[in-house]
Amino acid sequence: MPSLWIDGKTYEVEAGKNLLQVCLSLGLDLPYFCWHPALGSVGACRQCAVKQYRDENDSVGRLVMACMTPVTDGMRITLQDEGSVEFRAMLIEALMTNHPHDCPVCDEGGECHLQDMTVMTGHNYRDFRFKKRTFNNQYLGPFINHEMNRCITCYRCVRFYRDYADGPDLNAFASKNHVYFGRDCDGALESEFSGNLVEVCPTGVFTDKTLKEHYTRKWDLTTAPSVCHHCGLGCNTLAGERYGSIRRIINRYNGAVNGYFLCDRGRFGYDFVNAGTRIREPLASSGETKTQVPVSVEKIQQLVSEMNAGKDKILGIGSPRASLEANYALMKLAGPEHFLDGMAPKESSLVRLALSILRNGPARSVSLQEAGQADAVFILGEDVTHTAPMLALSLRQAARQVCVQKAAKANIPEWHDAAVRELAQEERSPFYIAATGATRLDDVATKKMCVPLDGIARLGLAVAHAIDPSAPAVDGLADSDKQLAGEIAAALMNARHPLVVSGTSSGCSSVLKAAAQITIALARTREKVGISLIVPECNSLGIAMLANGTLENLDERIKSRRYETLVVLENDLYRRLPSAQVDALLESVKRVIVIDHTTSPTSQKAHLVLPAGTFAEADGTLVNNEGRAQRFFQIFAPEGEIQESWRWIRDICPESRGNRKTAWQDLSDVIEALCQDVPALAKIQEAAPTSDFRIKGLRVARQPHRYSGRTAMVAHKTIHEPKPPEDPDSPFSFSMEGYRGIPPAPLIPRFWSPGWNSVQSLNKFQQEVGGELTGGDPGVRLIDPDGSDSPGYFEDVPAVSTCSGDQVQLIPLWRIFGSEEFSVLSEAVQQKIPGMSVIMNPKDAEKANLKTGSMAVIESGDMKLQLPVSLCESQAAGTVAIPAGYRGAAWIDLPALGESGRGMKNERNPLVPDPDCSGSGWHSDCGSQSDLA
Amino acid sequence: MIDRPLTKNIDLSREPFSIKEYEAAGGYQGVHKALKEFTDPKSIVDLVKNAGLKGRGGAGFSTGLKWSFVPMGPDAPRPRYLVCNGDEMEPGTFKDRLLLEGDPHSLIEGMICTAYAIQAEVAYIFLRWGYTLAEQRLSKAIAEAYQAGYLGKSILGTGFNLDLHLHISAGRYICGEETALLNSLEGKRANPRTKPPFPQVSGLFGKPTIVQNVETLCNVHHILVHGVDWYKGLSRCEDGGTKLYGVSGKVKKPGVWELPMGVTVREILEDHAGGMRDGLKLKGFLPGGASTDFLVEEHLDLKMDYATIGKAGSRMGTGTMIILDDQTCPVGMVLNLTRFFAQESCGWCTPCRDGLPWSVKLLEAIEKGEGKPEDLDRLAAQCRFMGPGNTFCALAPGAAEPIQSSLKYFKEDFERHLAEKRCPWRS
Repeated sequence: MPSLWIDGKTYEVEAGKNLLQVCLSLGLDLPYFCWHPALGSVGACRQCAVKQYRDENDSVGRLVMACMTPVTDGMRITLQDEGSVEFRAMLIEALMTNHPHDCPVCDEGGECHLQDMTVMTGHNYRDFRFKKRTFNNQYLGPFINHEMNRCITCYRCVRFYRDYADGPDLNAFASKNHVYFGRDCDGALESEFSGNLVEVCPTGVFTDKTLKEHYTRKWDLTTAPSVCHHCGLGCNTLAGERYGSIRRIINRYNGAVNGYFLCDRGRFGYDFVNAGTRIREPLASSGETKTQVPVSVEKIQQLVSEMNAGKDKILGIGSPRASLEANYALMKLAGPEHFLDGMAPKESSLVRLALSILRNGPARSVSLQEAGQADAVFILGEDVTHTAPMLALSLRQAARQVCVQKAAKANIPEWHDAAVRELAQEERSPFYIAATGATRLDDVATKKMCVPLDGIARLGLAVAHAIDPSAPAVDGLADSDKQLAGEIAAALMNARHPLVVSGTSSGCSSVLKAAAQITIALARTREKVGISLIVPECNSLGIAMLANGTLENLDERIKSRRYETLVVLENDLYRRLPSAQVDALLESVKRVIVIDHTTSPTSQKAHLVLPAGTFAEADGTLVNNEGRAQRFFQIFAPEGEIQESWRWIRDICPESRGNRKTAWQDLSDVIEALCQDVPALAKIQEAAPTSDFRIKGLRVARQPHRYSGRTAMVAHKTIHEPKPPEDPDSPFSFSMEGYRGIPPAPLIPRFWSPGWNSVQSLNKFQQEVGGELTGGDPGVRLIDPDGSDSPGYFEDVPAVSTCSGDQVQLIPLWRIFGSEEFSVLSEAVQQKIPGMSVIMNPKDAEKANLKTGSMAVIESGDMKLQLPVSLCESQAAGTVAIPAGYRGAAWIDLPALGESGRGMKNERNPLVPDPDCSGSGWHSDCGSQSDLA
Repeated sequence: MIDRPLTKNIDLSREPFSIKEYEAAGGYQGVHKALKEFTDPKSIVDLVKNAGLKGRGGAGFSTGLKWSFVPMGPDAPRPRYLVCNGDEMEPGTFKDRLLLEGDPHSLIEGMICTAYAIQAEVAYIFLRWGYTLAEQRLSKAIAEAYQAGYLGKSILGTGFNLDLHLHISAGRYICGEETALLNSLEGKRANPRTKPPFPQVSGLFGKPTIVQNVETLCNVHHILVHGVDWYKGLSRCEDGGTKLYGVSGKVKKPGVWELPMGVTVREILEDHAGGMRDGLKLKGFLPGGASTDFLVEEHLDLKMDYATIGKAGSRMGTGTMIILDDQTCPVGMVLNLTRFFAQESCGWCTPCRDGLPWSVKLLEAIEKGEGKPEDLDRLAAQCRFMGPGNTFCALAPGAAEPIQSSLKYFKEDFERHLAEKRCPWRS
C-alpha cells in the first residue's frame, strides 16, 4: 500500500488509484467536474489541481491534476497551499464566465454540483465584466430539458451518453468557448439511458422534464429508498414526494446492482402513482349495471363476513409485481394450496425453469455490476435493452472489458478513460447474440445470428457440445452454424469471466435450457461461470419461490374446488390469460375481490375493489432476477383509504383463518412469519433493518433538514401543525425529525452531506469512492449454486423448425416503452411508445404479398389480429414479431405457430388500434381500458 | 559537400524536381542506403540520435531519442505508423511550405527512411488545408514514388513495405498539436490527447506512431547519406544541421532561408531580411513564431538555437521570427495574436477555452481605451493561469507567452492606453 503525505498527514492508500479518488475516499474535499467515478478521468476541467512536491526539500512544488496523477509511494501533495487554492478558485471563475448565474430559476439549484464546488473553492466575487455568450436550446424529447447557457463544458454528458452508453445522437459540436452539447437537430434523445444526463451533468443543462411539470426543490422532497418496479432487475431508486404526489425518481447507488445509473423507464415511469387511473377508495359493484361505487368500511366488513366460509372456498391469485409480504399475506389467507402465482402459465413455467437453473445449475447468477465485468458474452433470445434495460448498459461495459484488459497490459489504469479508449479504439470483447430479430445490442456484437427460437436453442446446445463433447450433440447443423458454435465456445472458454445471458421473454423453454446447458458445459472446464436470466417482472423470481400453484388449468381447478371467493392481488388477469377465459373465471365465482393500486379490466369486474399502495405508499421486499432480495420503503403516507395490500388482507381475514389477537401489527410481523414459513426466503430478514431499528434512539428522517413549509402547507385546512403520520413498518419517520448521519446502506433516504448538496455527495456514503456503500451494498442474495455436484445435461434437443407452408413462428416483441404495465401511464413515457406493428422479414412479407405499412392478418388458433407491417432484414425468416404487453391490446399466448396474410385496409379489428393512426397517435389513449375486448 | 541540404533543389521560379531530376541530383540515395546498408533499423535511430537532429516543429526534442521509444521486436504491436505533421498554421510560420512546394520528393525520401527506421508500414502526410499547391505537388510526387517502386510493396526488393497517404486537414491550428492531429486523422474531434501514453506507444488507431514535422523529416536522408560529422559540421552550435529561419513583419525583405543552426538573430534580420524598413525601428520580436515570448533589441546578438533562446526567456519554436516595429501598437499586435489563439482553442480544458477569450476581452478593452488599471494585473494573472502544466496541451501556455512578455517589455505602452483612454498609435 503506498503511503501518501497530504498537508502534513500520512495516509496509507490503495495502489493503482489516482489522487482524486484517493483524496475523496479519504473524505477530503477536493472539487472536480469532468471526473466521474463510473466514467473515469480525462483531465479536461483542471478543477482538481493540487500541488505536488518532489520530496521533503521541495517547497515550490508544481500543480498536477489529481484525477490524472496515479498515486505512488512516498508522494507528497498539498491541497491547501496558496498556489493551488488560488488556481482552483480562478478556474471556477473562468468556467463560470458564461454561466448565467440563474440559480433561483434553475431546476438544479440546491442540488447543483457547480454551486457546491463554487462554494468549496471560495470563489464568490465575479471579475468578468464582459458580455456572455449565449446558445439556443434544443427540444430533446419528453424526458430531458436542455438549457445550454448553463454549460460549463465538462464533457461528462457526451462521455456518459456516447462513451459509456453508446448513444449515437448526442455530441459535442463546435470548439473554443462555443462548444455545444446537443443533437445535430431538435429531436428526442434516442438512448434508453438519456435520463442519467440529469445526474451526470454537474449543473442545470440537462434536467428532468417530468419534474418540471410539478417542480419541487430537493430540500422540499420527502424521500425514502425504493426499488424500481418496472422490470426484473430491481434497480435501487430514490423517489421524492410532495403534496401527496411523486415528483421524481433518481438513482440510489447500489454498487452491486445499478451503480450510478438508471434506465429511462425506471426514471420516468413513476407517474402512474399520481395518475387518475389510481384506485383511491374501496369500491363495490352494485345494482344491475354493476357500477362500482365507493363503499364504507362497514360495508366491506359486511361483505367480508358474507365471504365467511370454511376452508377451500377462497382462491388467492398473487402477483409477480406485488411484494413478497403482500403475496405471503394472501397465501396465508387462502392457504398455500389455494394460492396461485398469478403469472401467465407459460411465463410461470419459464420463471420456474429459470429459478431451478439458478438454484441447481453450476453458474453464479451475476449482479449487474458483475455483468459489466464479463469479458465474453453470449445472449440467447433476449433483446436485453427492452426486457432488462440496465443489464444492457452493463453488457455494453462488458463489451469494453477487452479494452480494459489490453490497457492493463500497457500499464494504463482503468480510470485513465481517454487513454484506454485511444489504445483499444473500436476493439470489443467477444460478444455473440442469437435472437429472432434485430436487438438494441447488435452494435456491440462480434457476431449476430437471427434464427427462429428452435434455431437459437440448437445453436446454444451446439455451443455447449463444442465446449464439452459429452454434452448432447446437435444433429443436422449447417457447417456455418457449427463453425459459429465453435467460435462462441472458444470465446467463452478463453474468457476470464464468461457470461451467458438469456431469459423468459422469448417464451421458449428450449432457449433457456440451451443457455443453462452452456453454463453446465463451461463449469466442467473451469470454476467461474456467470449466468444472467432475465425475468419479466419486479418480483417474478420471488413469487416463484413463494407460490407453488399456477394459473395452469385454472378452469378445472375452479370447477373441482367450487371456490366461492376469488381474491386477486395486484394483478390484471387480462394480461395473463385469454380474455374469454378470464371473463368466464370472474363469472364462475360468487365474489371477486381485487386489491390493487390502479384500475384494470380485472378490477373493473370485481365485486369489491380495495385500494392498495403503490411502491410509494407501501413497504415490501422484492427478489430480482439475480435472486437478490431488496426492501423498498414507503415514501409517503397517502390520504384516504389506500393501504398496503397485506394490511387489507389482514383486515379481511375471516376469524376462522387466524387469531385476530395475534394478527400482524406491522411489516416486521409479516416478514417474521414469512421467514418461518418459507425457509427459502428466510434471508429476506437481512435485506434491511427491521421497523424497530433506531440510531441513537432516532428514526431516520424522510424529510431533509431544510424541508420547508411544513406548517404552511396545510394552513388552508388547519392552522395547527398536524402530527406527522406514524410509521409502524419501517425505521423511518415521516418528518424532518430523526437521524441525519449516514444510516445503514439499505436505509439511505437521500444523498446529502455538508457542503455536498448534489447527488455527488454519494462520495461520502461509500467506503471508497466508486465502491461499496459504507456497511455493504443493500440486498441479500437468496440463491447461490452450491457447486457440490454438477447437474446433468438437458437431453432433449429441439428439431429444426418445422414451419410448413405459410406457417410462421409468432414471437413476442417487447418494448422498453410500451410493454410494461405501469410506466406507460406516464405521459412522458407515452410519447416514446412506438406505434404497434408486426415485424417481418422482407422475404416472408413478399410471399404473403405484404409491404411496409400494409395490413397483415395474423392468425393462430382462435386468435386473429390485424396490424401494419414493418419490414426488417434482421427478422429471422419464418418468424413474425408481435408487440407484447401493450396496454389495451389483447393478450396473446406467445410464442405460437400461426399464419400471416394480407388484410383488408378497411377491415377494422376491435382488438387493435385503428391502422390509420398506428404510426404515432394510437397510444394517446392507451391509459384507457375501453378498447379492450 | 553540400551546405544547404534542405533547399539545394529548390528554385521557386520553376516546378519542383520530378523524380528523374530529383534522382539525378542525388535523390533517393538515402532510401537505397537505408534499406540496403542499414539491415538493423535501430542503427538508423542511433545515427539520427548522434547527429543531434532535433524536432523542427517547435518543441526541439531529440528526434532519434523519440524514435527509440517505439516498441520494436516480434511482440510489438503492429501496424506502426509514421505521420508527417504538415499542418503549418501558426501565424508567421511558413517554412514547411517552402519544402512542401519546393522539393516534395525530399520529404517523401525522408519519410521512407524514417518509416524504415521505426519499421512503420503506413505513413500519412497531414497537410494544412490551405496548402493547395503543396497538395498538387505532393500528390504528383507520391504517385511518381509509387511508380518508381520507392513506395508500396517490397521497396527496392527488400521486403520492406510502405504505403504513404496524403491527408488534407479540415483546417484547425490545434491539428498541429501531434495528438490532436492523430484524433483528427482518426476522424474524431481534434482535441489533444493526454500524455502518457505517448504516441510512440499508443498513437494513431492506438498503435505505435511517430509524428514529425516536415522540416525534421527532410533532414533524415541527408544524415544517412552524408553522415553525422558532416551534419554536425553544418551547425554553429551543439544542435546539428541547418535550419530554415524566417522573418515576417515590416522588414525590407521578409522571407525564409536555410542557414546554419545557431546563426545570430542579427545576421538573420540584417543580412538576410535586409533590416527594418526605412523609418522604422525595431521594437521587439517573437523569435520562434506567434506562440513565443517577445525578445528585444538587446537580444539581437544571441544565437538562434534552442538553448540560447531558451535561456533568454523565450523559445526558438519554429525559427520564424515576427518583427514588431515602433509604429505598430504592441497591444494591438498581441490582441491580434490572442484572438487567433482563442479562436483556435479546441475547447477541451478550462484555462484555454475560457481563459483565452477573457484575455481577448481584456486586451480589446485596453486597446479601445476602455481598460481599467486592474486589468493589467488580471491579464498577468490570466497568463499564469494558462501557464505550463495548468492546461491540457501547449496551446494556451504558448498563447500566453506573447501576452506575458509584452507586459514585461512594453508595460509603458499598456499604461499609456489606460491613461490616455485610447490607442496612442491611432490617429
